[in-house]
Parts: sequence; structure tokens; C-alpha cells
Amino acid sequence: MKSNESNQSAAAVSEPQDERLQKVSFWKKALNRPELGALAGTVLVLAFFIVVSSGTGMFSPSGIVNFLEVSAQLGIIATAAALLMIGGEFDLSIGSMIGLAGILIAIPAVEYGWPLWAAIILAFSCAALVGWINGNLVNKTGLPSFIVTLGFLFILRGLAIGISRLLTGRTQVGGVQDHIPGDWFAALFSGEVGTGLFAWMASQGWIATNFADNPMVTGIPVSIVWWLGLTAVATWILLCTPYGNWIFASGGDKNAARNSGVPVHRVKISLFMFTAFSATVFACIQVMDTGSADTIRGMLKELEAIIAVVIGGALLTGGYGSAIGAALGALIFGMVQMGIFYTGVNTDWFQVFLGVMLLVAVLFNNYMRKKAMEAK
Amino acid sequence: MSERTPMIEMCNVSKHFGSVIALSDISMKVCSGEVMCLLGDNGAGKSTLIKTLSGVHSPSHGEMYLDGKPVNFKSPAYALDAGIATVFQDLAMIPLMSITRNFFMGREPTVGWGPLKRIDWKYADRIAKQEMAKIGIDVRDPSQPVGTLSGGERQCVAIARAVYFGAKVLILDEPTSALGVKQASVVLRYIAKARADGLAVIFITHNVHHAFPVADAFTLLSRGGSLGTFRKAEITREEVLNMMAGGAELESLDAELSEFQRSDQQQKQATGDGGQPLSRASNA
Ligand SMILES: Nc1ncnc2c1ncn2[C@@H]1O[C@H](COP(=O)(O)OP(=O)(O)OP(=O)(O)O)[C@@H](O)[C@H]1O
Ligand SMILES: [Mg+2]
Repeated sequence: MKSNESNQSAAAVSEPQDERLQKVSFWKKALNRPELGALAGTVLVLAFFIVVSSGTGMFSPSGIVNFLEVSAQLGIIATAAALLMIGGEFDLSIGSMIGLAGILIAIPAVEYGWPLWAAIILAFSCAALVGWINGNLVNKTGLPSFIVTLGFLFILRGLAIGISRLLTGRTQVGGVQDHIPGDWFAALFSGEVGTGLFAWMASQGWIATNFADNPMVTGIPVSIVWWLGLTAVATWILLCTPYGNWIFASGGDKNAARNSGVPVHRVKISLFMFTAFSATVFACIQVMDTGSADTIRGMLKELEAIIAVVIGGALLTGGYGSAIGAALGALIFGMVQMGIFYTGVNTDWFQVFLGVMLLVAVLFNNYMRKKAMEAK
Repeated sequence: MSERTPMIEMCNVSKHFGSVIALSDISMKVCSGEVMCLLGDNGAGKSTLIKTLSGVHSPSHGEMYLDGKPVNFKSPAYALDAGIATVFQDLAMIPLMSITRNFFMGREPTVGWGPLKRIDWKYADRIAKQEMAKIGIDVRDPSQPVGTLSGGERQCVAIARAVYFGAKVLILDEPTSALGVKQASVVLRYIAKARADGLAVIFITHNVHHAFPVADAFTLLSRGGSLGTFRKAEITREEVLNMMAGGAELESLDAELSEFQRSDQQQKQATGDGGQPLSRASNA
């Protein structure tokens, strides 16, 4: 009681504390962050699989890298989808863009002898164009992006199949791996990072090694680096830059944002271009990894990305969400997918689990947001 | 006064929305250091007029001049850059965003350079809090979402923002509609101060007690057209009141009110105590 009083007088001296404001603890503040639900979910799922999958190797170093890789691939597109959803729009054409970008990389490189870097640049240019068209259509027509990008879901998939059949007579193009060595640009999307470091750590006996004294994990797959990098950049943008403020504003109320001087149209176009970009990064990594492109790649990825973003606490109506939340959503996704594989549960159940997760996340977020809006 | 170049001027401006003619052939000018009060019934076109001035709508016909130079704002961002700040009737606030984020929306203060350029949150929070304090609202926490503020507090954020960013022209569309007596008087003082600082102020209100003390001139709109501009010297408070509501309507309201009063008194006399006379309501 006594210490309480002295606290109060100290506060009164330093800065007059508003009598209408309760002392808000750190935890109460944390409760208002959008990613809280995803964080709780991550801990739960992690705990669940640590218990259930014990002894299966899911949490061995290579097991961890395995599920992180799954999370990373989804996380790359989820980050962009999160920014776009916070900006008030959806992109349902992400999955088809992955398929098309793969074809655009593989065909010029394999069939026409382009250097890989040129093919990759071609894919990125086409992605930028697709994003630009998506954004402009949404801006100019005022139609929901749901409809516009649904159109592009079919257009891009059709283009991928059509172009591939026309030029090669097939829907799969292999042999990309022969072009990777020595290509400076392809190196950004293939292989592992920090192999030297891991080898050194193994030689010091700090990490597990196999029978040949090679480390179990030889490096960090490049997809994970992309994932973390994009998440960090997106978080920086959202929390620290004017452009981030414009994203929140555009998604919150685009008229109010425009009337306050926010270039809403430019923001939306750039966000659509970013989702197409992220889809192409995904495609690059996948093509380098498998050495082939296939027109059906990326199917349903747009929905998986939306699930990750929503689990991460973003509002479907825009104006609220976080990139870290989307990363956690992708992490949950990867853990569940690989966890079901490791624990030997029939993988048929994966989708059931996913749907339930989505519903729980939405209900939880809805509840938390109401709490946040009244309890502040 | 009329020889000076007007700070902002509209010449024969019309605005059509499809077949709706929201403004027809409006001319108006406001000099620096002058307060123009826009009057008119609901739906007269006041908001449409100021939205045209602030770049939300582009005029269908006619020209606009800022400081003597013709302007054609493609969006409100251009008008803001040119020094025209507006409090819109709907306030243009995002409920889920914090007070600070709303205050500086579109005009974020930054530090650093290149890719490390970032919003100066400390400075932004301090300014937002300080500007709100000036208007008489003690902000508890500038990171509070605007959606959790009361209606009047929200209006104050919008006003403080416009006053902070308005350099040449300040436009206020019914800024006092939700305000308490104290805050409304602060807003009126703001308007007087903006006038003293040489801004051109355009002020829309339905409240004659707010309009009359600060305005230098009144422009009356009706059904999208202008009924003329009157200098304050040419007009009395009663005439303004009549213009705002339409004289005939007030008279009939008066008659109705005294009718109520009479029947009230009759009832009260019947029950045996004296009734209080109703005072005339002059305020929409
Ligand atoms: N975007 C629009 N599309 C079609 N009609 C519009 C639009 N904006 C305004 N109008 C019409 O123009 C007329 C004038 O509207 P305005 O909002 O300017 O009225 P106001 O004078 O501000 O009224 P109030 O006092 O109620 O705010 C109204 O009849 C309205 O229906
Ligand atoms: Mg209006």
C-alpha cells in the first residue's frame, strides 16, 4: 500500500498521469497486437507435436529444416498477401502466377538456350505487368479484387498451359538444373546459405553430424532466408514507414485515405505487384529446387496464403494485420503439414485440420479485435 | 478589400454526378485573412462545393484559382500540397488506426534517408498530443485507435490536423456539429486565429451563433445554386438566421411552438400549476 502511494507521487512529479487511464501492463498492450492469436497458436501446435511426434525425428535438426522449408515457401507469398490484405484487397491469382512464372523461367532457358538469369528477369517482368494490370483493374473499375483476381486465376493458369503446349507440346519442362551452376542470378534462388558455417560448426562438434562427419544440416535453405528477409522488410514497412501508414489507411477506408492525401491507387497497384513478385520468387525457388516447371504448380497456394494471413490476425476487411502474424501463420501451416506426415496420421486429415484452424483463428481474431476496440 | 487577389476563387463552377446537378454555376472568392461562411439547407451542395475546392471532385465546368493561379487538383493530395487543408463532414478518419497515424496520414514526418527513412514516431506522437491539447482534448494515449474516441474527440482530431497542416486555406465542413461548448469556442478561436494569420477560411455550419461572430461574409447556397454573397456589414443576425432556415419556415415553426405552449398552459392551468414559457429554439 505504502509503496503504491510513493509510486503515484513519483508519477505525478515526472508526468501528470491521466486519471482516466489505467496503468496498462506490457501484457495488456501485447494483447492488442494482431499477431497474438498466431503466437498462441504456434506455441500450442509446437507443444502438441513435440509431445505427439516424439521419437519420429520431426524435431531433429533436419526435421526442423524440413518443416521450416515448407513454412518458408508459403511464408514468402503469405507476406505479400498480408500486405495486400491489410491494404484492403485479395489476390486470388497468386497460385496461377506461380505456375506461369515457372513456365516462363523453364521454357526460355531449356528450350531456347537463354541464360537462366534472363529467363528469371523475364518472369519477374511479366509478374510486374500482371500485378500492375490487377491493380489498375481494381482501381479503375471499383470491382472487388476478389472478382478481378479470380478472373486472373483462370487467365494465368490458362496462359501457362497454353504457352507451354504451344511451344513444347508438353505441360512439364525439365532439365533446368543443368543451367543453374555458374548463373549468378539463379544462385539467389537455389541451394543453401551458410554451408561453410555449418561445416565449421560440425567440425567443432557443435552440431550433429552423420556417419561421414558431414553435418546433418548442411546449411539454411535459401527459401528460409527469403522468408525471413521478406517478413522483416514487410514488418519494417508496416511499422516504420509512411508507405506502411498508407497501406493501413488504404485498407481501413480508401475514401478517407484519399481525402487525407494518401495516394491510394499507387499503394494498391504496388501491393498487387508485390504479390505477383512474391509468387515469382516462390516459382524461382521451386523450379531451381526441382529442376523442372509444371503448369499445375502453385494450385490453391493463394488460398493457403490467405489462411496463413488470417491465422496471423489480419482482418479480411482490411486495415488491420501484421507481417509477423502471417509468418507465424505460415509456420503453423508448415508444422501441421509435416507433423501429420511424421506422426503417420493419414494425410487426408490435414485439410480438415486446416479448415478448423482457419475457423478458430477467425473467431479468435474477431473476439480479440472487439476486446481491443473497447478495452483500450 | 476586393482589389486584392483572392486567395481562393471559383469562377462559374458546376459539378454534375451523372444526371444529378449538385452545383451549378457557382462563383465565390475568399481573400487571405477572411472568413467565408457557407450557408444552406441540407443537400444544398455545401459539401460538394468544398470537396471541389479540396480536390476530392474535379469540377465539371468552370475554373478555380489559388492565389491568382489557375489550379486543377487531380486528388486531395495536390490540394494539400498547395496548402489547402480540409475538415470533411465525414472527418476522413480511419477507426482502426491510432490518433497519431490518423493525424499524420499522408503527411508523415520522417527521419533518416534512403531505404532507412522512417516515420519519426516520437515527434509525431508529441505533436499529435500537443495539438490535441491546444484544442482542449487531453489525449490519454496517442496510440489509441480513433474508433475508440468519442464523436467530438474524433472531430477534434480532424480539426487539429487541418489547422496544423493548413498553410493558405482552411476549410471546415460543419466542424462544430458534435462539439461541447468549450471545444466549439476553441474552434471558433482557431478560425479567428487562422484569419489573423492570413489564411482564407471557409466555414460551413448550421449554427448561427457559431457563424455570425467569426464570419466576414456569407454565401448562401440553395439547391446547387448560389443566392449571392453578403458582407457582414450588409446583414443582420436575424437575416442570416432567416437565410439559413428559410424565413417562412421559421415563422411557421414559431406559430407551431406557441400553439404547443398554449395547449401546455391550458393543461397546466387545468391541473393547477403555472407552466414555464418555452423559449424559442433558433438552432438546428
Ligand atoms: N457522389 C455523389 N453522387 C451523386 N450525388 C451526389 C454526390 N455527392 C453529393 N450528391 C448530391 O448533391 C447534393 C448536395 O449534397 P451535399 O453533400 O453537397 O449537401 P450539403 O449542402 O453538404 O448538405 P448537408 O447540410 O446535409 O451536409 C445532394 O442532393 C446529394 O445527393
Ligand atoms: Mg454537407
